[in-house]
Amino acid sequence: MLEIENVSRVFAARKGMFGSTPGVRALHEVSLSVRKGESFGLVGESGSGKTTLTRQILRLDTPTSGRILFEGEDMARLSPAALRALRAKVQIVFQDPYASLNPRMSVHDIVTEPMLIHRATLGLNRQQRTDRAAELLELVGLGPQHLYRHPHEFSGGQRQRICIARALAPGPSLVLLDEPTSALDVSVQAQVLNLLIELQQRLGLTYFFISHDLGVIRYICDRVALIYRGEIKEQGETQRLFDAPESDYTRSLLAAMPPDVGRVAGR
Amino acid sequence: MTDVSQDSRRSARAEASRRAFYRFRQSRLSMVGATMVAVVLFFTLFGNLLAPYPEHVRGGLNTAERFQAPSLAHPFGTNELGQDVLSLVMAGTPVSVAAGFAVVLIGTVLGVVVGALAGFNGGWIDDVLMRFSDLMLTIPSLILAMAVAAALGPGFVNMIIAIALSWWPGYARLVRGEVLQAREEVYVAAARAIGASPARVLFRHILPNIVSPIIVKMSLDMGFAILTVAALGFIGIGVRPPTPEWGTLLSIARNYMPDFWWTAVFPGLAMFLAVFGFNLLGDGLRDVLDPRARR
Amino acid sequence: MTALLDIRDLHLSMHSFEGAAKVLSGVSLSVEKRQIWGLVGETGCGKSLTGLSVSRLVRTPPAEYTGGQILMDGTDVLGLSEPQMRALRGRRVGMIFQDPTTNLNPAFRIGTQLIDVALAAAKHDPAILGLEPGAGRRARKAAARKLAIAMLTEVGIPAAESRLDDYPHQFSGGMRQRVLIAMALIGRPGLLIADEPTTALDVSVQAQILTLLKQMVATHDMGVVLITHNLGVVAQTCTHVAVMYAGTIVEKGPIEAVLADPAHPYTQALLRAIPDRSVKRGQLQGLAGAVPNLIHPPPGCRFAPRCALARPSCLEGPPPVHTRAPGHAVACPVVEEVQHA
Repeated sequence: MLEIENVSRVFAARKGMFGSTPGVRALHEVSLSVRKGESFGLVGESGSGKTTLTRQILRLDTPTSGRILFEGEDMARLSPAALRALRAKVQIVFQDPYASLNPRMSVHDIVTEPMLIHRATLGLNRQQRTDRAAELLELVGLGPQHLYRHPHEFSGGQRQRICIARALAPGPSLVLLDEPTSALDVSVQAQVLNLLIELQQRLGLTYFFISHDLGVIRYICDRVALIYRGEIKEQGETQRLFDAPESDYTRSLLAAMPPDVGRVAGR
Repeated sequence: MTDVSQDSRRSARAEASRRAFYRFRQSRLSMVGATMVAVVLFFTLFGNLLAPYPEHVRGGLNTAERFQAPSLAHPFGTNELGQDVLSLVMAGTPVSVAAGFAVVLIGTVLGVVVGALAGFNGGWIDDVLMRFSDLMLTIPSLILAMAVAAALGPGFVNMIIAIALSWWPGYARLVRGEVLQAREEVYVAAARAIGASPARVLFRHILPNIVSPIIVKMSLDMGFAILTVAALGFIGIGVRPPTPEWGTLLSIARNYMPDFWWTAVFPGLAMFLAVFGFNLLGDGLRDVLDPRARR
Repeated sequence: MTALLDIRDLHLSMHSFEGAAKVLSGVSLSVEKRQIWGLVGETGCGKSLTGLSVSRLVRTPPAEYTGGQILMDGTDVLGLSEPQMRALRGRRVGMIFQDPTTNLNPAFRIGTQLIDVALAAAKHDPAILGLEPGAGRRARKAAARKLAIAMLTEVGIPAAESRLDDYPHQFSGGMRQRVLIAMALIGRPGLLIADEPTTALDVSVQAQILTLLKQMVATHDMGVVLITHNLGVVAQTCTHVAVMYAGTIVEKGPIEAVLADPAHPYTQALLRAIPDRSVKRGQLQGLAGAVPNLIHPPPGCRFAPRCALARPSCLEGPPPVHTRAPGHAVACPVVEEVQHA
């Protein structure tokens, strides 16, 4: 589905009037492969290169070396038209549902926008787009009566559902989930995580789930990779990685995790 | 289904405006400003019609009644030509306000275009455009206006062009800064991630979200633009008599101070009302519209 | 013995466009020395407002205290004048907040900021600097500097003396939070309010900061109120926990008691929503429904509209609080009945 092969990204050194900044190696020889239909977790702390890697996959940035294959095709070699079509296939849900919705647009405009942009690929007319937006809202558990409201009228959890509906609008096969629940309360997080699981089963989606929360990763991911300072420290089946971590970094990360609440209580 | 959604769309709008009005009303000063601006706008529309001595507005004289002190017949007194000052001040409102508004509007349009191009594209386009607007800022607006007046001749339209030319860099800077900031918003990244074209990102996602600070600046600038128009009238390169304009009125009245104070005080008060009103309104609007205050 | 902090039946309303929201309705909490209270709850439950109220940092208006007391060593904070309050802040009660970047002034060296805080605290209590009364300005400054170095060392900043001249941006997030802890503790407060102190930090740094907090409590004989949305953090750090929902405390008590035997339906729901080791995919339980509108809150128990155990009597009046075990209080009579039936 998604193959990341030896991707490195170096932000060039800059020479300025007041001295120069050294080049920053944000990603170093990162290799991952995400299989169709699975949930792949990427764990890292701030500054680990998670975001840079996401930007490479979305083609918002270009790797310094290495290549990224989506459904077997090298993304760097796609024609502009093919790249545009690919954008419909790879979608993202961001962390902060309060910042990732344009406050001036109604839910209808937000959810139909991807269909409007990709109308050449999708072939939906105005009425069909509106109908599909209503369906999508239903799908994420919001209901079409919210279609003409604005983002500020919704709670964090509802906004994240709108973000998910927007991501699903162009019919993607791969969805990047960039800390989709870390801005939410636990009870809402649980709902959103369950929604994501349900959507995956219903639509056969592949998830690339980025998080620093090991509990969430353990709950939702089949396989997981740990990234630290731009390098993959360990990757493998989620269960195995939690039960028998191989790298020191994984062990230290697991040790820092807050204890299971139930275990403190001696349950 | 369509009816329901139309309804909810309308109620959402109404709710938002009620909320904004509530926040606006919280500040007494902005209400005062809004009232003052309402008075000024009222006379902008009807000043000419309501002037008690319309013939004076058109330039008619009444030398028998020169320099009458304020009275019931002439609440603001009469001037050196025996014209009713109240009529002149009322009829001067549309001139001043229209000139001020035209200046601000032209300045805004130019500024938004330049600022948005600079901020959105960055790189050398940004450098060139912003250095050019810095250059414009270094030329004092009155001097530039005088130069334009000298080149194109004095007059209403030339004056507006002259002032607007020195006006847009402020907007260009504001808009560029706002665009730079908005460009980093997550929803802009989200728009790019769904494949939106640069034009779409700019017009659909960035510009609508920076309208508020522009409107606030326009309101704050209205007062200053009216003052600048008056200043040009005062030094005699703006609107020419007999068209009544506050600055021109003041300029003539200056010769008869302090004995015939009413000829100067009332045009001055009108200016004060307009400038102060627009400033208070602008401050109030900032409180209502500024998205940072909203959070 | 009087408690360090004793919040009694605190009521707070927040006035807004829609009306007065009853954001705190009868919050009672008593904190003693060496206790670390976790104040947990979800967004908008009033946990931060409770913390801010102790330092009287809630702006009135729009807020209005409509009842209750906040006793610190026996004096009601709500009755104090602003100058009296300033003497209290930083000395009797210290505060640290979520975002360590915004709470340090980027324009000043951290040494300058720490010394300022020490000197200000010494105005009210000269003993902090360990000087004779009437010591000169220079002596005070030198003593304050020494104290700043000592505090930085204590919170685990290596080479503290040389770092006094650094600016906040030269510190990492975790180190900045340590500096803020040093700043909060420099006036030797008996009580520390920590509002989401680790939310902005990575897990490994979070663990270090929480350990540091525990050490500080032991060495300074303090009481702490740790405000957080994360029950894991509470389990990791606290001796006691109070669970808040929609402006009320629904359950409180010693940490082992509450986590081993969560009684209130809301506490149980919160625990079921945490992705623990034992939870299989798809088994996590969210909480359906939304937090009630606090302008027109439901009569009686605030949680009743979302509660599976709710019965008509729950809507009649504030739920009576009963003691489940020593120190373990639950504001839900129904649980008791159901479990005894």
